[in-house]
This record gives sequence, C-alpha cells and structure tokens, in this order.
Amino acid sequence: MSKEWPLWEVFIRSQHGLAHKHVGSVHAPDAEMALNNARDVCTRRNEGVSIWVVKAADITASSPGDKGPLFEPANSKVYRHPTFFPMPEEVKNL
Amino acid sequence: MLIAMAPETGVATARFESLLRLSDSTLILAQRLAEWCGKAPALEEDIALSNVALDLIGQTRLWLAYAGETEGAGRTEDQLAYLRDAHDFRNLLLVEQPNGNYADTIVRQFYFDAWHYPLLQTLARSTDQRIAGIAAKAVKEVAYHLRRSGDLVVRMGDGTADSHAKTQAAADKLWMYTGEMFERDGVDDAMIAQGMAGDAGALREPWLAHVREVFAEATLTLPAPEAWMQTGGRRGRHTENLGYILAEMQFLQRAYPGAQW
Repeated sequence: MSKEWPLWEVFIRSQHGLAHKHVGSVHAPDAEMALNNARDVCTRRNEGVSIWVVKAADITASSPGDKGPLFEPANSKVYRHPTFFPMPEEVKNL
Repeated sequence: MLIAMAPETGVATARFESLLRLSDSTLILAQRLAEWCGKAPALEEDIALSNVALDLIGQTRLWLAYAGETEGAGRTEDQLAYLRDAHDFRNLLLVEQPNGNYADTIVRQFYFDAWHYPLLQTLARSTDQRIAGIAAKAVKEVAYHLRRSGDLVVRMGDGTADSHAKTQAAADKLWMYTGEMFERDGVDDAMIAQGMAGDAGALREPWLAHVREVFAEATLTLPAPEAWMQTGGRRGRHTENLGYILAEMQFLQRAYPGAQW
C-alpha cells in the first residue's frame, strides 16, 4: 500500500446557477475525507455553495501532443461563432 | 460567595465566571491546536486544525468581550486573554493537556466537541440574548468540528494495529479529564436559575451514548464511566501544563505591554 494518500481534484460552485469550477486538488484516503479536506483547504474564504471531488486518477485528459489534431481544425472555421451571422435589424436583443 | 451579594451582583458575577469557563476552554484549546500549525501529519490536516483553532479563537473573542462588559471593570477581550494568570483561568483541564501524538490531539478534540456541541445547543436557548446569539453562531462551526473529530477517531481506531493502540491509549489517558465537563456548582446554579444556561449534568448521558457509539464503530473500548475524575479547572486549579501555555501565549503582551500591530 502506498503511504501517500491519493490525489483528488476539487470543483467548487461559487453560487447557485453557475457551474462547478476546478479550483485545485487535495490528498485524502477516501471521498468523504476528500470532501472535508476540500472544505478546509478551498472554502476558507466563503468561496462556494457546493463541492465536488473526483479522484485525479479517474480523470481522462487529452494529451498536449494532440493539440494540433484536436483543436487546430477549428481555427479556420469562424462561421461556427454566432457572431459570424448578420443580425436582422428588427431583432433588438439576442 | 454569591449569597452575601445583592442579587444583581450575584447574577453578574456568576455570568462573568460562566463566560470565562466558556472563553477559556475555547481559547486554550485553540492555542493547543495552533501548536500543530506547520507540523501536522498532512498539509490538509494542518489547515483543518488551524481552521478549527481559528473558529475557537473567534468564539473566544465573543465570549471574552461579553465577559469584560459583564464584569464592568473596563477589561477588554485582549486584556482578559493576555493579562490573567493561570489561577484566573477557568478552562477545563482536558483542553490544556499536551498535544502528544495525533491520536492524543484528535481524541481530546472529540471528547471536547461531543460536549461542546450539545452545550452550545442548550446555550442557544438562553434567556440572555447575547449568550443565545453567540451560541447560535458557534454551534454551526462546532457541528463541523464534531463531524471531523468523530470521523478521525473512527479512522484511527479502526485503522492499523498501531493507530488503534495509540487511539485507545489516548482515549484511556484523557478519560479522567472528561468528568469536569458535567459538573455543577454555585455559579451554574445561579445561571440555571436565571435560565441563562442549561444544566451541564444533563448532557452527560447523551455525551456518553455518543462517545460509546463512535468508539464502537472505531473498535475502541469505552473507559469505565464511573472511573475517578480529575476536577479543578473550572475553579482555577490547573495542571502544570497551563503555565507553559500561558507563558508562550502571553509573552508578547507581558514583555511589551500594550504592543499592537
């Protein structure tokens, strides 16, 4: 058994209606204690209304080497942005 | 002592004493916990303990400020914290016990939290609005302290053979300092008569039941409830530990009176 506690990624929702946002990570032997530790380490200044913790090992991340094939094709496709399309005069707020 | 005084004076004196019993226990425990700062077994524990210590300091300030007003001698919370000697402190003997190993610290915390939480619930119903207000604010913090310390007792008691042995040793060693939490004397009688405080003796059975339940889950043996208990802290008779704590805590104000930053 490793002597180090596993790493957990911490996500905090700063207020109702917003999404959880990654804020950092903590070490803990299990989920319950990870939640406690996240509360103690990451919400000392009234940062949130909800905490998620996820085992860092359970997160599958894209590889930095894949940056080209994954993201570059989108660079040349500005028409995917809504601002690309002209707005009719009559529409005031959209 | 109270009988000879005018009723209002007696009540004020009892309230002053009673507030010191609250403030001094939270203050000395916070000071003890702060000793771990920077050297707890894990970074997360380090921050968690400091958080608990800071919660307790916050509560101490509220209790001491009110104690100073009740006394009416113009003493501020700082003067009460930094310029009283050991025999004027009214904290439980439990909280001045050394940090020892981590099991000692956590069991001490659990014994205290399991008493502190229902005590504050009782005080939140005090006829004294100021006491009720402070208790209502503190009880939310202490609910978390108790959840955390109880959880750690289970983890360490039901952990490895080594952590179990250390936690059991801590539970046994600190047991004799728990009886004091449920004592009742003239000060308490005066407070209870005014509806300003509840009877701490009534907290003993629920406390025992709670500790028994957590210890069962932690595979720890509950020490004998009828064992002989230490007493004296609430009346200013302390173990030698308190003098050392105060020497460190009060050094700055003693050496440089009135120093501010």
